Amino acid sequence: MALASTNSAEQVDIDIEARRVERRKKMYAAALPIGTAIALIVIWQLGVRLFDVPTYIAPAPSDVAYTFVDKFPILMVNFWPTFYESILGFLFGNFFAIVIAIAFVHSKNVEKAFFPIAVFINTIPILAIAPILVLIFGPGLTAKVVIAALICFFPTLVNMVRGLQAVSPQSLELARILSASKSEIFWKIRLPSSLPFLFSALRIAATTCVIGAIVGEWVGADLGLGALIIDSTFNFNSPLLYATVFMSSGLSVCLFAAVAIAERLIIRW
Amino acid sequence: MSAVLEINPTQEVAGAPAIAASLKEASVKFGAFTAIDRLSIDIEEGAFYTILGPSGCGKSTMLRLVSDLIPAASGEVSIFGKPTEEARIAREFAFVFQDAALLPWRTALQNVELPLEIGRKRGIKLPVSDKTPTELLELVGLKGRENALPSELSGGMRQRVAIARALVCQPKLLLMDEPFGALDEMTRDHLNLQLLKIWKETGVTVLFVTHSIPEAVFLGQKVMMLQAHPGRLREIVDIDLPEDRTIELRDTQEFTKYSAYLRKILETC
Repeated sequence: MALASTNSAEQVDIDIEARRVERRKKMYAAALPIGTAIALIVIWQLGVRLFDVPTYIAPAPSDVAYTFVDKFPILMVNFWPTFYESILGFLFGNFFAIVIAIAFVHSKNVEKAFFPIAVFINTIPILAIAPILVLIFGPGLTAKVVIAALICFFPTLVNMVRGLQAVSPQSLELARILSASKSEIFWKIRLPSSLPFLFSALRIAATTCVIGAIVGEWVGADLGLGALIIDSTFNFNSPLLYATVFMSSGLSVCLFAAVAIAERLIIRW
Repeated sequence: MSAVLEINPTQEVAGAPAIAASLKEASVKFGAFTAIDRLSIDIEEGAFYTILGPSGCGKSTMLRLVSDLIPAASGEVSIFGKPTEEARIAREFAFVFQDAALLPWRTALQNVELPLEIGRKRGIKLPVSDKTPTELLELVGLKGRENALPSELSGGMRQRVAIARALVCQPKLLLMDEPFGALDEMTRDHLNLQLLKIWKETGVTVLFVTHSIPEAVFLGQKVMMLQAHPGRLREIVDIDLPEDRTIELRDTQEFTKYSAYLRKILETC
């Protein structure tokens, strides 16, 4: 009995030690990229100051940080339109991609008819098609949402089709033994097994939808991070330009993180 | 009307057991290749048949034929006097695959419940085991693991879940295609004993494909020996061993006699 308790006490010690090592590893893994980023910013700051680079060519990180705080209200005013355009584009683009993927999987003929068109649309550079869409939909919100949706569409379509087809043959045999209907096979087997594929596409879409919204704003908008980028570039307001770029990438990171969290909550297998 | 009743095997005279599965001159062809050639056999209700044979003899094909996964090229296959398709829709049989074929996003319990969900919304009345899915998991020795995902279970445990799932609609015929083929010997022995216990408790008829002679002798009341090129019935060997089988039985002379005999025919198949 006494022996057993010493053993378990030792075991607890070993467990604590193992957890400590594990935690140290994790901290190191996080510290390394953060440390590198900080070092690069410091080098940038020193470089700009040492060589006396004019602010309009390359602002020092301190200038950018100051502008970010100083112009925060303006940044936020321009942030919201881009945010809405990105989110709406993300939702519509992925929704249509998923629906069309389902149609493709259910009917080979639909796939044969429409897949080449989807590939063709995907090959048009988004910068080339953006002005056309702005001409069609006008300078308002719609054109940007369409552009953002378009940029999300193709990767999700391709991944979703692959995901819906990636059902193990044995699962389908099981479905046959159980005399499952087509819709039962879809809801209970095909759709859940496609989710990992869908989420890897949504991760891509989370960052590209922001690109779509900003490209749309370049072509014609008074408000939005894209408009602010154009505006500050033409005014040689580099600190504001950098702060806006920082803001846009922050938006992408947030959307990406939201998708990643949703994935972790939904896909637990 | 009376003529129909007469040929219905479930209405047989008292004394003779009903026929669970019947093949009459059944053949299976894959293109020009004949997998099964005019196979005839009657499986009595409540029996435990193991099916042995060299590779390519059509062991699995025979199970697939009986379970309506593949059609017969000629001849007749019936289950309890019904065409296989009708028996499949009525869930009179269940199938256990070589790999468990569990849905990875469902817990052990949810996997067992799957057959009950299929067809329910369409209003199809299904036979249901008098044991709940939780009780079935207990029966196969998985009490306490109801909420584990398949990825958290060992190969043997996954196969137990598959067996519980097969039992949930109270099948009258259980088709098993090398279910323990990928497991280590200890696990296999254990599951063999458990399967015999389940067979006795439920009175289900079992058709069990294996490539292990000891397993075939240990489990079977009868061993069906098939031969290859083309797949044909070679011999049915009655295994006259005590009903209550234990692992020690394998070391008895009787057991070795059967194994040796089967090995001898297998060599000439």
